[in-house]
Amino acid sequence: MKIVAVCGMGIGTSVLLKMNAEKVLEKLGIDADVEAADMGVAKGAAQTAEIVLTSDELAGELGDVPAKVIIIDNFFDLEEITTKITEALQ
Amino acid sequence: MAINLAEALCSITTKASAQNWRDAIRLSGAGLVAGGATTDAYTDQMIAAVEEHGPYIVIAPGIALAHGRPSEAVLTGGLSWVSLKDPVEFGHPKNDPVSLVIGLAAIDHTTHMDVLKALAGILSQKGKLEQLVAAESGDELRALLTDAASAA
Repeated sequence: MKIVAVCGMGIGTSVLLKMNAEKVLEKLGIDADVEAADMGVAKGAAQTAEIVLTSDELAGELGDVPAKVIIIDNFFDLEEITTKITEALQ
Repeated sequence: MAINLAEALCSITTKASAQNWRDAIRLSGAGLVAGGATTDAYTDQMIAAVEEHGPYIVIAPGIALAHGRPSEAVLTGGLSWVSLKDPVEFGHPKNDPVSLVIGLAAIDHTTHMDVLKALAGILSQKGKLEQLVAAESGDELRALLTDAASAA
């Protein structure tokens, strides 16, 4: 499974999201490839990903993508990330 | 093992005064410049990022991660810490107001991963932010960060 973590610049928030998502996925026992991307790269990457993780502000910029878009409010809250990824995979 | 965030920060400002989010980002940029991580141009780039994409850098309640892209304005990369005396609004629907602005400069997309990992490890601890923002001085903050790192 491919997951893309998206932010505006591709160095800060998306990297944090990628790290925390990997922690959560490992706990859930889900095998996934998480990629951090800036908005430009993400629009392409999201075409082949199953899940996109991003913030509310950036979800709108992403436009129409086939991937399921998960909006994270607190990037440091592993519980929130766990709940939202679990819901998306059901 | 994970790096010690207290040593990784290139500058620390506690109880700073900012009128608005631009001010707050400028302080974090000034910290990066003072720490030798970036030039002044990077500070403008961090502000431009919010003007372009909105307040998405407010990544958790009370916490903003100010950053731009890797560019010529980044000399070595680094992380600056600015806690605010009075929180400011960034215009984020859920995570306002902001009391901690972390300035991040990176030379590429991967070399700063360990620092971010250390930061995430500490800030995911519940109630930690309040404690860190309450620190009155750089020394006090460094001590708290060192404790938090060993507890993580």
